[in-house]
Amino acid sequence: MTGKKVVVAMSGGVDSSVTAALMVQQGFDVTGIMLKLWTGDCESNDNACCTPEAIQQARQVAGILGIPFYVVDVKNRFKKIVVDKFIEMSEQGLTPNPCFYCNQHIRWGVLLDKTLQLGADYLVTGHYAIIEEDQEHIFHLKKGIDPKKDQSYVLSGLDQEKLQRTIFPLGNYKKEGVRVIAEEYGFTVAQKPDSQDLCFVGSNGYRSFLSQYSTSPLMKGNIRNLSGSIVGEHSGLVNYTIGQRKGIGSGFQSPVYVIDKDIKNNEIIIGSKEMLKFSSLTAGPFNWISGSKPSFQVEYDVKIRYKSNPKKVNLLEDKDGLIRIIFNDPVRDATPGQVAVLYIQDEVIGGGLIHEVFREK
Amino acid sequence: MDRVYLDYAATSPMDPRTVERMLPFFTQQFGNPSSLHYFGQQADSAVDLARNAILRLFKSLDHDLVFTSGGTESDNLALKGVTTPINQSRIKRILISPIEHPAVDKTAKRLEQDGTVQIDLLRVDNYGLILHNDLQNKLTGTTLASVVWANNEIGTINDIGKIAQICHKSGALLHTDAVQAAAHLNINLNETDVDMLSIGAHKFSGPKGVGCLVFRKTINLDSQIVGGGQESGKRGGTHNVPLIVGMQAALEMAYKDRESINLHLTNLRDQIIAEILKNIPGSSLTGHPVYRLPNHASFVFEGVKGQELVIALDMAGFSVSSGSACKVGNPSPSQVLLALGIPENLAMGALRVTVGRNTKEDEVRSFLDVLPNIVNNLRNG
Repeated sequence: MTGKKVVVAMSGGVDSSVTAALMVQQGFDVTGIMLKLWTGDCESNDNACCTPEAIQQARQVAGILGIPFYVVDVKNRFKKIVVDKFIEMSEQGLTPNPCFYCNQHIRWGVLLDKTLQLGADYLVTGHYAIIEEDQEHIFHLKKGIDPKKDQSYVLSGLDQEKLQRTIFPLGNYKKEGVRVIAEEYGFTVAQKPDSQDLCFVGSNGYRSFLSQYSTSPLMKGNIRNLSGSIVGEHSGLVNYTIGQRKGIGSGFQSPVYVIDKDIKNNEIIIGSKEMLKFSSLTAGPFNWISGSKPSFQVEYDVKIRYKSNPKKVNLLEDKDGLIRIIFNDPVRDATPGQVAVLYIQDEVIGGGLIHEVFREK
Repeated sequence: MDRVYLDYAATSPMDPRTVERMLPFFTQQFGNPSSLHYFGQQADSAVDLARNAILRLFKSLDHDLVFTSGGTESDNLALKGVTTPINQSRIKRILISPIEHPAVDKTAKRLEQDGTVQIDLLRVDNYGLILHNDLQNKLTGTTLASVVWANNEIGTINDIGKIAQICHKSGALLHTDAVQAAAHLNINLNETDVDMLSIGAHKFSGPKGVGCLVFRKTINLDSQIVGGGQESGKRGGTHNVPLIVGMQAALEMAYKDRESINLHLTNLRDQIIAEILKNIPGSSLTGHPVYRLPNHASFVFEGVKGQELVIALDMAGFSVSSGSACKVGNPSPSQVLLALGIPENLAMGALRVTVGRNTKEDEVRSFLDVLPNIVNNLRNG
């Protein structure tokens, strides 16, 4: 592998900086590329990628490492593929995961294409995940060893073609170790906080973002309880997520939660915490990492959000090519629009969009 | 990887002999030219010698010069120095071409913004040559025209001697940005009688951070950096003696070897132009085919983004440039190319290849060998 040309996706953050350093250390011919993404009005948001500060930080790291570094503009495609989809799905009452689409279509779409076009052999990123090739040359995607940082969830849209062109040098590191390496190299970004929010959303959060960019105006509507009575008014469906407790008014005898969104009637249904128990969901279409559908005869773990704990599940074929995922124990944070990622132990088997969630009978 | 530098219009490496001549002025003759004592006099005499040497090379009889930090400061000083509100012979109208370097273009626009001057734009033909009739029609006696001698993006050389004559006939002044020209043309102010001329040393293998503005002694030039009265009050600040000596040394060397070097450069340039136009479909030359800098080849390619082409070539070991290149990833088409009437999408596919005295034939050969494939890959991507 030594001497092979690789492109490291650099964001100016500590992870991608150390990633570049490790690749140089291992003798690769490294080029750094930062994608200039669409950032709306939040160019000055410290937490976002592709701000002038972030570019300067990445350039400084490249300078320390003595590698070339370029910024490539993908604003328009990012806006269309990731941001517009985020807005559209939100307007449909879904809770989308833009990082999943960005990885699938921007990083491992536009950037991987560019990487190969520019004559490099691999795209390298600072994700905490592990790729292993078996004897049959199937590439397996596994969790990074740092349980707090594992990012395999947002990579579940990758396929064999993409994985065989990818290197994740940080999969076997813990975050603290990565910061130590950054210190050793004298990177000023060594103690930069992890990015938290969606990069394009800005510091006022996604609701304020949606109210600014949504094409359909926010429509007030009824809040109903499970017996069908109107108990209040909501400020627009995009402002609510299933499981949410805040923002639905007070004066209820016991705590109430958003348990459903009725898109057709522009209504929010509230109920007690017990009503938030979901026993199954349907999801699809699935991206299977290995390229083929796995056996449904075994027990899987599923993650239904980036930060949620894995849950034991069984799988059944459902209609329209969807898969029914049945939880051994009911869960409360299942939300249409998020991705259901199936694991067997530490290995990602596949990921698919959550379509519908079902309450316990 | 062996890297090949083909971006001499951006900057050029220094000759070690030039560095040698600079070194004593860092450590031994380190005095401040403004000091009265021996050390000061040593330094002052070096600055004086450099000034006279440069003016002599330029064959100037009635010009003087101000040492500056480079081409950009010289351009700023030229335009601002004759338009300052306190200037008694103040100029209120500036004519610029649409293919000026930003150091001229943005300075002029700033002066217009703050109400100091009115700007009018000259017209150029498809090669970037100033239309002399248009210039003549737009001139009045109280005008400063600023026309680039040789453009950095397209290499076109304007007939500055003729343009100076036209200006003077109307009683107008002419400033020229000669930053690119000075690297390749023997500037002769006796024949090319401009009123002000800007150069920067690093384009002709001198050090970065030094340049000068040559100006006719009769021009009332107001200092833009005010301080200790250096440069006859025209530019405050302690002289950077080593850099000034380096500029002198580099310019002397350039003049001495001019003919042989230009022959070498022209051969390489013509090979690059001929082969690219022949071997890469959808390529065209930008700038003038004949009146162009001897080291300068510039193109636009259909269906290719200049920025991506530069990145791909850099990754293959060849450092070139694109008119639309932008370090922060917001490429927009070059204003210069648009002014030549090149459509926007084509202008995004610009490539500039500029060779220098150290460029070897086999380096150009290997560049020409990889380029068609790289363009092809990017087109198919």
